[in-house]
Amino acid sequence: MYKVSATQLTDVLNTLAGTMDVFLPIRKDGQTNFGLYAEGVQADFDTLKTVKPPKEFFLPQSESLYKGVVDGKDIHIEPAAFADRPFVVFGMRGCDVLGMEILDKVYLGEPVDRFYEARRGHGCVVALACGRPASTCFCKPFGVDASDPQADVTAWLCGQYLYLEPVTERGRQLTHKLEPFLQDADAEDVAEYRQEIRERLEALPYNNLSLDALKDADMLEVFNSPVWDSVCDACIACGTCSYVCPTCQCYDIKDYNTGDGAIRYRTWDSCMYSDFTLMAHGNPRKTQKERFRQRFMHKLVYHPSTAGGQLSCVGCGRCVNKCPSSLNIVKIMKSLGVS
Amino acid sequence: MQEQLRILAGKMLADGRAARVLGWKRTDFETAPEPSFFTAQDDLSELVYNKYCAANLSGFMIGAGKRDGVTVVFLKPCDTYSFNQLVKEHQIDRAKAYVVGVSCGGNAKVEEMEDVGWLERCLVCTKHDHVVYDELVLDESLSRPEAQDRFGGVTRLEGLQSLERYEFWQGELSTCIRCNACRNVCPACNCKKCVFDSAKYDTAAKANVTTFEEQLFHIIRAYHVAGRCTDCGECARVCPQDIKLQLLNRKIIKDINELYGEFQAGQDTETLGPLTAFNADTDAEPSIVHTRG
Ligand code: SF4
Ligand code: SF4
Ligand code: SF4
Repeated sequence: MYKVSATQLTDVLNTLAGTMDVFLPIRKDGQTNFGLYAEGVQADFDTLKTVKPPKEFFLPQSESLYKGVVDGKDIHIEPAAFADRPFVVFGMRGCDVLGMEILDKVYLGEPVDRFYEARRGHGCVVALACGRPASTCFCKPFGVDASDPQADVTAWLCGQYLYLEPVTERGRQLTHKLEPFLQDADAEDVAEYRQEIRERLEALPYNNLSLDALKDADMLEVFNSPVWDSVCDACIACGTCSYVCPTCQCYDIKDYNTGDGAIRYRTWDSCMYSDFTLMAHGNPRKTQKERFRQRFMHKLVYHPSTAGGQLSCVGCGRCVNKCPSSLNIVKIMKSLGVS
Repeated sequence: MQEQLRILAGKMLADGRAARVLGWKRTDFETAPEPSFFTAQDDLSELVYNKYCAANLSGFMIGAGKRDGVTVVFLKPCDTYSFNQLVKEHQIDRAKAYVVGVSCGGNAKVEEMEDVGWLERCLVCTKHDHVVYDELVLDESLSRPEAQDRFGGVTRLEGLQSLERYEFWQGELSTCIRCNACRNVCPACNCKKCVFDSAKYDTAAKANVTTFEEQLFHIIRAYHVAGRCTDCGECARVCPQDIKLQLLNRKIIKDINELYGEFQAGQDTETLGPLTAFNADTDAEPSIVHTRG
């Protein structure tokens, strides 16, 4: 393990930015999102959760797949280029890192998504321990240790130092670039800080949810549960929960009319939307109840059934925090028997 | 007040005058009550009323009016304007609503379940009385935060150079994630099929790819609710990115006031809005100089 004096953080970031794109949390007008670092930009490592999840650097909210250009009687197809620039996402939280693992199952499983794969191949993740977890957090039931998040590099901002522990080969290459600033440190140096975090976590309302009730859930039984009839009464059918979620993975493919052709692109989609999976024959889920149910069936039943039981929620609590109608996945899990 | 509301709701359900009661339900967090329909008296112990009951329930009355029986709905003063506006637009079946006006001492802004002060709309609130109700449950002891100038923010923006103003809005709108929460929560946005959702049009984007698209969604929406927006503040309340949407709507409200005379959408259920009532043959067109202002 290494440490860098917090006063040298800017030098560290500038050094990294010299060889790759650095994305880190930046506060603007009262909300924090990951953005591109440049000299002079102030990083915000105090805010726990960004509004948008950092999955956007691997699965952008929208990306072009190819362009069709009309040329006389011909149409030329120009595929979009794959990502080829190295980058680092600096300051991801443990929940968001686990979110990437879930996206990997979908996008790196057969058939491999080449766009995603290219970004994954060029991106390094520095995970930051959560000094002040929030009352909406419930990552522990999903196996996340917020005091020791595992990514390419694990980082702790504690006292006057930034502690760095490279975990993977890519992480070692990254810390290598920072050699001039690094001092040796010991796991003991962050032990107390980690203990504090664990104590804070223990005091949170959702920290010890037991997800047992969802293990081996019977798909049809959950699907047909009367719970769905009323649980979505307050849902206004916006996409906030989907768009702030680090594991939501559905996309839509659309064409953009450029005047002399079209750009085929994909965008994040939300199952809450009335045109989600709209097909020629119409929409398979005609009511909000069905669309609402889809989100939670996907996360709590469908995904686990194909991913060895792993739920497609990481307990980041963003939907708990942001739903305009105070609905969220915990409420749904509880109505399905979780306690 | 909460207790009074429970008793009232209980009576209405017990004697069959109401099929359901639309209010706010307790959740795991005091700061995050959930809009909810109560049909059983036993559930009314979950009904809450406090400064976190910010959700404007008027919009839910569109759906409630399509169900059998009367729905009791609790409305804060500002919510009653939305309700009236929806009645005016024939979206709510007035006969199937029993409106209970409730006093409001302002709503809290909540972040990460923490109370972080007042909602902006409550700091500039001018809607102190209920404009529609069947019954009132009042608490005179509730006092509101001291009122600030509602158009102060708009006036400040008007004072900027157009490029500065452009940069301000570009900065705000570029963070929009197109979650549609502002649109879906808006009582005035009650189109059955929004042009931004219809696969028939190029406008049906699910993300903002260009700065043009960022602006398009918001400007179209602002114009579509012009003259109908009651300034209920729900759009700004729910925006996950805290975009200052109120400034956009209030600019249009301010212009309408200056060009056509003071107007408050939702004040009653009859008066035609200035943009609807405008007669090109007899009314003077506002000066182009003003529109460029
Ligand atoms: S469902 Fe909610 S809590 Fe779970 S990962 Fe998504 S946003 Fe986070
Ligand atoms: S609520 Fe905010 S982020 Fe969502 S679409 Fe509206 S302005 Fe954009
Ligand atoms: S303030 Fe916002 S939500 Fe309310 S009526 Fe106006 S545009 Fe709609």
